[in-house]
Amino acid sequence: MNIKNKIKITVNGKQMQIIPKFTLKSLITKLKMPLNKIAIELNKKIIDKNRISKIRLKKGDKIEIVHFIGGG
Amino acid sequence: MIDKRFKIANKIFKSRLIVGTGKYKSFSECAKAIKTSGADIVTVAVRRVNISNKNKARLMDYIDPKKITYLPNTAGCFTAEDAIRTLRLAREIGGWKLVKLEVLGDKRNLFPEMIETLRSTELLTKEGFKVMVYCNDDPLMAKRLENAGAVAIMPLAAPIGSGLGIQNKVNIKIIRKQTKLPLIIDAGIGQASDASIAMELGCDGVLINTAIAKAKNPSQMAEAMKLAVISGRKSYLSGRINPNLFGSASTTNKGII
Repeated sequence: MNIKNKIKITVNGKQMQIIPKFTLKSLITKLKMPLNKIAIELNKKIIDKNRISKIRLKKGDKIEIVHFIGGG
Repeated sequence: MIDKRFKIANKIFKSRLIVGTGKYKSFSECAKAIKTSGADIVTVAVRRVNISNKNKARLMDYIDPKKITYLPNTAGCFTAEDAIRTLRLAREIGGWKLVKLEVLGDKRNLFPEMIETLRSTELLTKEGFKVMVYCNDDPLMAKRLENAGAVAIMPLAAPIGSGLGIQNKVNIKIIRKQTKLPLIIDAGIGQASDASIAMELGCDGVLINTAIAKAKNPSQMAEAMKLAVISGRKSYLSGRINPNLFGSASTTNKGII
């Protein structure tokens, strides 16, 4: 894949480059995130984790991946 | 007097002590303190995953949400919209509906922003959340939260993390008189006796984070808090004597030589 064809997305505030038609599931797998311990937002919309293999990422997409941390 | 069960939103919990999971030196220290505290509810926060360090330890690896009830909070939220976004995400992680709402209004004193808190309580309740609400110790506001559908009223004893203990016992007592909802002191506890006082005022439970997490020996302090909550509750239920300005001898004068 030519680097020029890569698209830019933002994950947790950090820019990332992916190949076109990359799915949300591929992204989660690439980041090695345990699906049962996270929640995902795509452009401020919560994504059903059962549907992530059907979602293809687009240029400029903003993804938030969150989990639980210690808190009071 | 036999104690009634500690029930929040129709779910029964064994311990009246709820423990926060923030500020510990490590997850293992946190897990140890939770164990000795006997708590079956712990508060947790929602934050971004660190995507550059994939192997970083996670809270869920140390505290099993199948064994301990996670109570997601909205720490760091300053508007109803922030709070709702955070709790929707929390629900998505694992289906949690019982949540702790905390909408702050000032970064320094960390007091709750009650107008936004009330609005959030209404919106979250409509969405099916069971909302335990961190609030100030104002009986009128507590009533409005109750009417808005809160499942527990959680007034502060003093500012979050201050360890100042209960500053306004009168307000807590008034709130106790007016509500049948679980009343839980959230924030401001410094030492075990503060937890006992909260329970002696008739509260149903106490939520403690900093006083345990930042103690020199968190696990031991967790146990002290556990005992203080049990002790304070028993004291409350036992019916204290009336305070009296003058003495009343414990030994009779009858038969004195």
